Amino acid sequence: MKLRELAHARAGDKGDISNISVICHEPGDFAFIAEHVTAARVKSHFADIVHGQVLRHDLPHLGALNFVLHQALGGGVTRSLMLDPHGKSLSSALLEMELPDRQ
Amino acid sequence: MRIRVGAGAGFGGDRIEPAVELARHGGLDYLVFECLAERTIALAQAARLRDPNAGFDPLLVERMEAVLPHCHARGIKIITNMGAANPTAAARAVLATAKSLGLYGLKVAAVLGDDILDTVRHTAIPLIDQPGTTRDLGAAMVSANAYLGVEPIVAALRGGADVVITGRCGDPALFVAPMVHAFGWALTDWARLGKATIIGHLLECGGQLTGGYFADPGYKDVPNLARLGFPWADVAEDGSALLGKVDGSGGELSLRTCKEQLLYEVHDPAAYIQPDVVADFSTVGFIQTAPDRVQVTGGGGTPRTDTLKVTIGHRCGFIGEGQISYAGTGAADRARLALAIIEERLRIVGAQMIEFRGDLIGVNACLRGATSAPDPLDVRLRVVGRTATLRDAQRIGREIEATWINGPAGGGGATWSTREVIAAAAALVPRDMVNPSVQFETVTP
Repeated sequence: MKLRELAHARAGDKGDISNISVICHEPGDFAFIAEHVTAARVKSHFADIVHGQVLRHDLPHLGALNFVLHQALGGGVTRSLMLDPHGKSLSSALLEMELPDRQ
Repeated sequence: MRIRVGAGAGFGGDRIEPAVELARHGGLDYLVFECLAERTIALAQAARLRDPNAGFDPLLVERMEAVLPHCHARGIKIITNMGAANPTAAARAVLATAKSLGLYGLKVAAVLGDDILDTVRHTAIPLIDQPGTTRDLGAAMVSANAYLGVEPIVAALRGGADVVITGRCGDPALFVAPMVHAFGWALTDWARLGKATIIGHLLECGGQLTGGYFADPGYKDVPNLARLGFPWADVAEDGSALLGKVDGSGGELSLRTCKEQLLYEVHDPAAYIQPDVVADFSTVGFIQTAPDRVQVTGGGGTPRTDTLKVTIGHRCGFIGEGQISYAGTGAADRARLALAIIEERLRIVGAQMIEFRGDLIGVNACLRGATSAPDPLDVRLRVVGRTATLRDAQRIGREIEATWINGPAGGGGATWSTREVIAAAAALVPRDMVNPSVQFETVTP
């Protein structure tokens, strides 16, 4: 099952840092997503894109996780060579992450 | 007492009709246009160097022509950072527009003082997102603008301004200022300033709160995006707010759109640093009270920092880019072959690249390894490099052009371009290095 089935996401940029929120469609899925969508997992998912650390901030009352991806935007929007220098499409890329099927 | 603040734009090039819709039917007290991206001022500064009357938002006059008559008739005050690198010239343009519309008595204020290029040029201030200091950027520096807080905007409103034009300031400050002005909050009321910053943050990207940057067919369907309505907030004296949009406008204002926008461009939700306050987003909640109406709860703030952020625009070489398409079985392999040929050609002709990359659009341009999928039958090769000289940037385009004739089979639709890079660096400066001021002028017959 892809993360997309359980959550939606939005990406934002500041300098060379991208942040991606991951928000459960159903609040009851928060614990499952928080267990499987770890900062380490996100870092390896974006191994070819994110060159710095990945931090996660939890907002359980909103059913949301906020990932902060350092060195993720080709040096920053203003000089990046990436086709999508803002990293807007990284939100959809993150929702491709495979999760284990639940019992 | 409550005030209603509307968002008339989420970026410089935004649609104008939603702002007119808000001005006519939104029941607003204030209409705010947030139009400055990170490097917009640097580009505007370059325009100002060519023409002392330029350097402000190119859509300023068109926007004002569209909304000023409605705002003037209803007593709606306008606040905007469309002054960019030249708030004085922008204010003059607004005065001329208002005069041509016969809006006599309209008072326009320009907020100055964010431009600290002269100071920064002569001071070695450490950069926060790259090694070195401002002095290292030397002659490459084209702009240095501090993020101002609410104080000069509040002073402008207190002075009776109907239109307030700023350059760089914290984006939420454009929204927080009318709240501080209307409710008389102390500038040390961190809880209220924090809540107000959250409201400003939710509104500052306009349609991104009401269903823009959101739709995903089958998962998140949003009605009538071609007529997307922009949001407003009804703010109470305690800093709580009800969010809404004009009834009948397109889009969706819901818990899910609010949650996405709350975290947009946020790092630590408990410490969102702005010039006036460090806002705490971590306790914010949302309640859907009616269709397209959401109540914001919680949120807070802690004391402001001792420094102001400065964005420094600097010349940073050139970018040359070219693209060419391949189709059918083997399209991706032919694109990869073309990329290998171009890389070798750039070496043969001695083009110096500071950075270079090749993307296969349709295969790996945006995702780069974040998914695995079979190669598609329709692929566009993109080569792009950053160079110290324009000549080397142009060589990339020439090699793409030559690939038409000399490259793999069936390459079509080649395009190429070059541009100068104005990059943005950031630094923190002590508050006493920045001295904002306000200029007023009134439209007379």
